[in-house]
Amino acid sequence: MSAAALISASVVLAGRPALDAVSFSVAPGAFVALTGPNGAGKSTAIRALLGLVPLSAGQALLGGDPVGALSPSQRGRRAAWLAQDRSSAWAIRVKDLAALGRFAWSGAPYERLADADRTIVDEALARAGAAGLADRPLGALSGGEQARAHLARALAARAPVLAVDEPAAALDLRHQHEAMAVLRAEADSGVAVIAALHDLGAAARWADRVIVLDQGRVAADAAPQTALSADLLARVFGVRRRAEGGYDPV
Amino acid sequence: MTRLQLNAMLALAGLAAILAGIMAGSAPLSFADTLSGLLGAGPEGARLIVQEIRLPRVLAAFVTGAALGASGALLQGLLRNPLADPGVLGVSAMAALGAVIAIWFGLAALSAFAVPLMAIAFAALAAGMLAGLAAARLSVVQLILAGVGISSFAGALSALAMNLAPTPFTLSDLVNWLMGSVANRSFSDLALAAPFWIAGAGLAALALPGLRALTLGEDTAMSLGADISRTRLLAILASALLTGSAVAVAGMIGFVGIVAPHLVRPMVRHDPGDLVLPSALAAGTILALADLAIRLAPFTQELKLGVAAALVGAPAFIWIAARSASIGR
Repeated sequence: MSAAALISASVVLAGRPALDAVSFSVAPGAFVALTGPNGAGKSTAIRALLGLVPLSAGQALLGGDPVGALSPSQRGRRAAWLAQDRSSAWAIRVKDLAALGRFAWSGAPYERLADADRTIVDEALARAGAAGLADRPLGALSGGEQARAHLARALAARAPVLAVDEPAAALDLRHQHEAMAVLRAEADSGVAVIAALHDLGAAARWADRVIVLDQGRVAADAAPQTALSADLLARVFGVRRRAEGGYDPV
Repeated sequence: MTRLQLNAMLALAGLAAILAGIMAGSAPLSFADTLSGLLGAGPEGARLIVQEIRLPRVLAAFVTGAALGASGALLQGLLRNPLADPGVLGVSAMAALGAVIAIWFGLAALSAFAVPLMAIAFAALAAGMLAGLAAARLSVVQLILAGVGISSFAGALSALAMNLAPTPFTLSDLVNWLMGSVANRSFSDLALAAPFWIAGAGLAALALPGLRALTLGEDTAMSLGADISRTRLLAILASALLTGSAVAVAGMIGFVGIVAPHLVRPMVRHDPGDLVLPSALAAGTILALADLAIRLAPFTQELKLGVAAALVGAPAFIWIAARSASIGR
């Protein structure tokens, strides 16, 4: 059974189709990279999976059930999401941010969580490389430190589906690598990981499978080397791979 | 400092402010007379002054402040904005308009509940409009400006009612009441508003975890498993009940709903869920002390509490706004 799936899902945003009959499914333990040019529908596809945008047609399934039929807390337990917008209205402490990852189990801040939940939060902070930041308020952190704190929050849910939008954004090279390695480890431990990625090199390196979206449709869905063919790169991204690394416009 | 310690400390401060308000006043009562009056013993005159005049007045000040402080903290959490406040966003002005309509059309004469009910209904209308605008992803600035618009419009309609007031008595009633005061309030005024305050407090308590999730924005909050439409409804109703009944008892008193949460926020680690109760206690204390200051001030004509609150609160609001410019969205 798939952990998360879209079945002929269409989404209309502001009168124009953002997703057009998109189907794909993600199995437990898979690391799927979702890529495509700007506006291809990567974020919309993830939001559709999580039931955050209404579908105009088709279905979104989480753990085999239509996402619209799940209660809010069931949804929170089945999937964790790290949105592209990692803003916080208040300068809460990093450990209280990470504690929000347990929201579907307990709405309490860090100190008032049950011991078991607090242990999970501590572990998530450590794995995201944010343990040393735990007591600091978000307002006092750099962009990269904030990104790690938000990643810890998503990991703390321990949900069977982990969707992340640009997990490496705002991170320096070493932390980019660490963030991707954490996602890879999540997948290896049985979590279905879906990552929207712009970096095709990272997609090819870390993911088992690459889904390329183009203008709201699936242009490719295969192992990285097959999906990111020279033909597709030219057709969808308008680039050609250079022998010495990197890309040229075609 | 834990949440319990903070709330206990603020509750003690509130109790001290209430006791100070009972001790002080224009009638020269000795400490012993005041105390025995409070306990229902001692000379009849002292007992009347303490139990029928000072006690209901200071309690009205504290409870009005507490309601406005809680309402401000709720609106700030809901709208994710440290400048939100029932006064700034027009919730109080709409509540006042509701009350003015109740008075003007004689509904107040038909039932004692007409004024609080109309104030609450109109406060709910304003809070609902604001939440709708917030859900439509308006920026902080747009939202505040929309609140200013709601406030001005409600104020204009209240002014229209005064403009067309049938008698000078109605006019002076409306003006006096709109300026905001807890003078000459009785226990029956408080008893009338109490059910609404209790209901508002109960609904507020249910909204708190959702406010915590809303820290990360509506979409992420939903993905965490928060029921955002329920949280929004609870916070709006609670804020409307609290603001509406506060306005029904004391008229328009501004800014305490923004100043109190601002003072308390660092003490609750900026947690929007933990902010509401201490904001209520702090705002109640502030208003009880403000009313005490008014009574002790050597003016021949007593300063209105709403006027005093604005004189101190408006500069504080400007200061908070200037400092929070970097928060934005």
